[in-house]
Amino acid sequence: MGEVIVVTSGKGGVGKTTTSANIGTGLAKEGFKVVLVDTDIGLRNLDVVMGLENRIVYDLVDVTSGNCRLKQSLIRDKRFENLFLLPAAQTKDKSAVNPDQMRVLCQELREEFDYTIVDCPAGIEQGFRNAIAGADRAIVVTTPEISAVRDADRIIGLLEASELNNPKLIINRIRPDMVKRGDMMDITDIIDILAVELMGVVPDDESIVISTNKGEPAVMDQASKAGEAYRRITQRIRGEEVPFMDLDAPEGFLGRFKRLLGMR
Amino acid sequence: MLEFISRILGKESTSSKNVAKERLRLVLVHDRTSISPYVLNRLKEDLIKVISNYMEIDESALEVSLSQDDKEVALVANIPVLKMKKDYANKV
Repeated sequence: MGEVIVVTSGKGGVGKTTTSANIGTGLAKEGFKVVLVDTDIGLRNLDVVMGLENRIVYDLVDVTSGNCRLKQSLIRDKRFENLFLLPAAQTKDKSAVNPDQMRVLCQELREEFDYTIVDCPAGIEQGFRNAIAGADRAIVVTTPEISAVRDADRIIGLLEASELNNPKLIINRIRPDMVKRGDMMDITDIIDILAVELMGVVPDDESIVISTNKGEPAVMDQASKAGEAYRRITQRIRGEEVPFMDLDAPEGFLGRFKRLLGMR
Repeated sequence: MLEFISRILGKESTSSKNVAKERLRLVLVHDRTSISPYVLNRLKEDLIKVISNYMEIDESALEVSLSQDDKEVALVANIPVLKMKKDYANKV
């Protein structure tokens, strides 16, 4: 029996979809059977981030309303044959699906896949309630900004009220140079305030923009720092203990030398 | 300029990070307790009413606020007392 993990944040634009795509791809790369579910009805994007936008025939609403069978709606990934996408409907709105239907769907997916990653829309309304309805655990994504952390706090409260206890936190787009200058909240600041367990820290990285442009998740790019962060997060989801990345900005001579020699 | 010097000296008190942390802490106190400023104000008025039965207080200097320590939220009231009411001053 597989596991259903919802990726949520409250605030929009903090990197839920990018995180979902990278976690899903990372797990598939490790050989697990994975499905990504986009629940952002009306504003779907997981398809473009995955580079699968041209293959959509049926969507989430087609499945929940019985227009097609679940199998027909799943799009197989280009790179991994054990990775699938269930896209959101683009022409409907959040009320086209209800939490009960999501629970049924998640149960079906749980039987078929090792991991079901549910990409949650921004907000705390029906889209959020749909996304969390069938989940076993939750990952909350935030950035080191006051607005994103505040919304994460609210989301953590709502998750716990829905008995999705112990959500794990991913801090996205951290800028080590700004942290060093004292112009950005650091990891300990955010963890202290939110009182949750940290699942990973992803540095702000241009390679994310490039990989999104191409529709190829950064987790596949060995040279990408953000990709490395997501690879580590993937391992933590599987229950392994992995050290957090060293995010110190200037590499220095010795660091460069070590890297050239493949020592890190 | 002053900020620049204090940064060189390694002082972080003026850094924007600490401003963000302090602001965030205060917003979260309100978010988490879901007590609105309106409710807090009514509470303040009620407190004045009750306390005024026993002592004269300086209403203009009265402060009622929520403060937070780790996961505990406390209601902190600072109520300057001018004098006890006569009826109660003599009774111990």
